[in-house]
Amino acid sequence: MKIISGRAFVFGDDINTDVMAPGLYFKAPMAEMARHCLEAVNPDFARQVQPGDLIVAGRNFGVGSAREQAALALTHLGVGAVLAVSFGRIFYRNALNFGLPALVFPGAGLIRAGDTLQLDPVTGRIERPATGESWTVQGLPVHLMAMIEAGGLMPWLKLRLAKEKT
Amino acid sequence: MGQTLSEKILAHAAGQPVARPGEILTCRVDLALLLDSGGPRRIWPRLKELGTGVWDADRIVLCTDHFTPAVDAESAAILQLTREFAAEFGIRNFFDMRGIGHVLLAEQGLLQPGMFACGGDSHSSMGGAFGCFMAGFGAIEMTGVVVTGEIWIQVPETVQLNWSGRFGHGVVAKDIALFLCRELGMENGGRVIEYGGETVRAMSVWERMVLTNMAAELGAETGIVAADEVTLAALRAAGREPAAEALQWRGDADAAYLDVRNYAADDLVPQVAAPHSPANSGPVDSCDKVRIGQAYIGACVGAKLTDLHMVAEVLKGRKVANGSRLLVAPSSSAVMAQAAADGTLATISAAGAYILPTGCGACAALGAGVLAENEVCISSTNRNFKGRMGANSAQVYLASPYTVAASAVAGRIADPREFLA
Repeated sequence: MKIISGRAFVFGDDINTDVMAPGLYFKAPMAEMARHCLEAVNPDFARQVQPGDLIVAGRNFGVGSAREQAALALTHLGVGAVLAVSFGRIFYRNALNFGLPALVFPGAGLIRAGDTLQLDPVTGRIERPATGESWTVQGLPVHLMAMIEAGGLMPWLKLRLAKEKT
Repeated sequence: MGQTLSEKILAHAAGQPVARPGEILTCRVDLALLLDSGGPRRIWPRLKELGTGVWDADRIVLCTDHFTPAVDAESAAILQLTREFAAEFGIRNFFDMRGIGHVLLAEQGLLQPGMFACGGDSHSSMGGAFGCFMAGFGAIEMTGVVVTGEIWIQVPETVQLNWSGRFGHGVVAKDIALFLCRELGMENGGRVIEYGGETVRAMSVWERMVLTNMAAELGAETGIVAADEVTLAALRAAGREPAAEALQWRGDADAAYLDVRNYAADDLVPQVAAPHSPANSGPVDSCDKVRIGQAYIGACVGAKLTDLHMVAEVLKGRKVANGSRLLVAPSSSAVMAQAAADGTLATISAAGAYILPTGCGACAALGAGVLAENEVCISSTNRNFKGRMGANSAQVYLASPYTVAASAVAGRIADPREFLA
């Protein structure tokens, strides 16, 4: 996987799935739901985020619902990765299944909004070039690397089904 | 060293003799619950893309509950697609507009102790009340389950919570659930919460389901209650014969628990969770000056027959306060029928409550009863995240059906014990 480089959007603890994918927009196309992603906690997020930018958050990011639209809204907006002190379990699995790297970063509180970060999701190396600092966290889970390298669960299922046919 | 109940179920589902916490297993799925929300509408296009079908139609249970009844062309189309999926793949356990999926699993007796089950909704943990391991997943992962019949699980640690003693009148399982959100917090990843002790043994499966349902709010892998005679009786009442080995599904005496905690039910008072987190809970008197506009009885966790009985007990001979409104969305057709037959609906309606269709409704801002900016609501549901039930500035308090009903009568958050003889 290639290095992810972008600005940090910083969030606190317990950012839940409902504020990433509000129920009021459940029937709307993803483009519209994504426009409201995280607006309850940062009204400018969806407008300002650029492809490759990273979310840096506190504890329990993605707590709550199973709604995969929470992770999809982030990938739709081009978020490159999520670094958080800890994750809600279903959000974490959804993110990886969509090929969105989600890494546990105990030092998330050291990152300031707007910092430029570089992340190698496989080795878990995080760099902040402006200060020359770096951190190494647990990279993507080894047991999921085949799925992640395939590009997510769907491409991995395609490979598996093709193998079963031969 | 022995194994906990969850470890035994996961080992069995993975086809191995033993499972230890931290181990990553590929488990065979005994039952997959799909709902209209994250079910066919999200999974069917992926099956088409993969050029494949479902692994076992008879292990899939499909329910429409989030978008019922259709209120516009979009929700109607989602329900239509769900029906077409059921027909296309021959899903015999398809319950269309019969109620909320998690409640239907129990009503239909579809969960057996020892099963390994997955659901496409976070509150799938509710099924753990039947002594099975049932957890929630996103639609992308349920796509994998539907195609392969398998899913990976990292074996969680087990936390055992033992409740002893008897509740005071007006205190129920929901109060335990809200208390635990504060006590344990919402970050219990990698853990199964196993509920036990004489208080839990004395509960009906419907009350146990409240505990396992809100294991989702604890952020746990899931919640579970070991099966006993109450579980078997509930299965028989649903017309299913329990499996012969049902009661053998329990933790070993020498199993290793991450933590064992003991609590006394006698000391518990009614709990209320203030906006905007279930963990923001405390005794009801911490919120008793809060005036409410809406009181809501609904959702998987809070509108079963047992819940409606609590509401009717408070409302009997009383009226909903002027300036407040009480909305009641029974969780299934069967609940509606039983509540109609035993007079519960009449009592609730006579108090001035507004009876809504069954379904997930306003709990997730999908159906009737959504809140406007700054409105204040007390609700028997399980989540009060910002914007969850409508506008971002709406204030949602979570409580038991007893407390919601008492608050509807008082027009402010009220202690139900003042209304119970």
